[in-house]
Amino acid sequence: MKTDEFISLLSTGITPVDPHVQRRSLSLALVLGAIGAILLTLIVFGMRPDIREMLVTPLFWFKVSFPSAVAIASLLLLIPLSRPGTRNISARLWLAPSGPILVIWIAALASLALAPQTERMNLIMGFSWRTCPFNIAFLSIPLCVTITWAVRQLAPTRLRAAGAVAGLLAGSVATMAYCLHCPEMGIPFWGIWYLIGMLIPAVLGAIFGPALLRW
Amino acid sequence: MTQLKVKAGTKPEMAVEERLKALILAGLDGDDSAYRSFLNELSGRLRAYVRKRLFHLQDEVEDIVQETLLAVHNARHTYRADEPLTAWVYAIARYKLMDFLRMRSRHDAFNEPLDDYVDIFSSADEEPANDAKRDVGVLLEQLPDKQRLPIIHVKLQGLSVAETAHLTGLSESAVKIGIHRGLKSLAAKIRLFS
Repeated sequence: MKTDEFISLLSTGITPVDPHVQRRSLSLALVLGAIGAILLTLIVFGMRPDIREMLVTPLFWFKVSFPSAVAIASLLLLIPLSRPGTRNISARLWLAPSGPILVIWIAALASLALAPQTERMNLIMGFSWRTCPFNIAFLSIPLCVTITWAVRQLAPTRLRAAGAVAGLLAGSVATMAYCLHCPEMGIPFWGIWYLIGMLIPAVLGAIFGPALLRW
Repeated sequence: MTQLKVKAGTKPEMAVEERLKALILAGLDGDDSAYRSFLNELSGRLRAYVRKRLFHLQDEVEDIVQETLLAVHNARHTYRADEPLTAWVYAIARYKLMDFLRMRSRHDAFNEPLDDYVDIFSSADEEPANDAKRDVGVLLEQLPDKQRLPIIHVKLQGLSVAETAHLTGLSESAVKIGIHRGLKSLAAKIRLFS
């Protein structure tokens, strides 16, 4: 086909474009994926029995704020990464997800330094370190599906980066849901095992992003 | 990309940016003719961009220009008025070019490159319509429905894209993509036969 003909084909009968597609599909993906992750947490793992007490415990909210901050940072990165032409993402934005990780590590070191020698191993390993990262990765499945769908509605041009950041977003929201169940209250535990749980979908996103997000 | 940054500073490039931006924004609001002029002017710029980067593969240039136009069309909802249009368009062009080169290096091991399909099509235009129709009929049968039906309705029966979409139950952009891909594989088949 000649390019002229092709152009008239493309431009014939076009309809006005909705400028809010990106915001709408990403928010829909997050809401549906988060509902999926919360339902899975409640059905598969169950709510922690002392949740009522936790709702007024500052340490619990500190715990929830860790994955929440990672989620916000990765969402702020995913927005430009899912559109063409935003190659100049600032270094500060790239590093944003590491901010909450550093904060949690500093708090972890402080809590280890203050704890008696015999308690330290417990703070790091808790009693669920073997399953925790895999539980988080499992809970991220609905979010991985919905976020992949949303990014595919858009037009990412750096597929590996977009995949990794989408995975991190899925993992961090899944971790927020997991806080409803997980009884671990050691800061070092979160800094290691929650982080690994969030990084599993991020690494998978980096691996499969180019295949899944291609357009 | 570095070359672009240098160019963006000079005045004529800014004028192009502004004109194209006004056209695409009108197009996004549903103005066909503004959108058509946008794509027309864009195709010239894309052709120059692709041609410069594919000097061994001049025969593929038009193909990539069309793939990129299609990509721009399908991604047009991701353009934001507060961003430079140049950066947006060239990110798509670069993406499509890299994609093409990657696919090509993968396919080259097995296939002979399809070099001059553009030429084949322009010479087919001069054939009498009856002859061409008969040949195309045979070849069309070999295409999958979602390519064959759009071509039959739009190209042979002269229906509009919207009517075809309605008839076939495909979306409008699926109809457009079907025609594009279908004509491409027809061109490849014609080449095999001749």
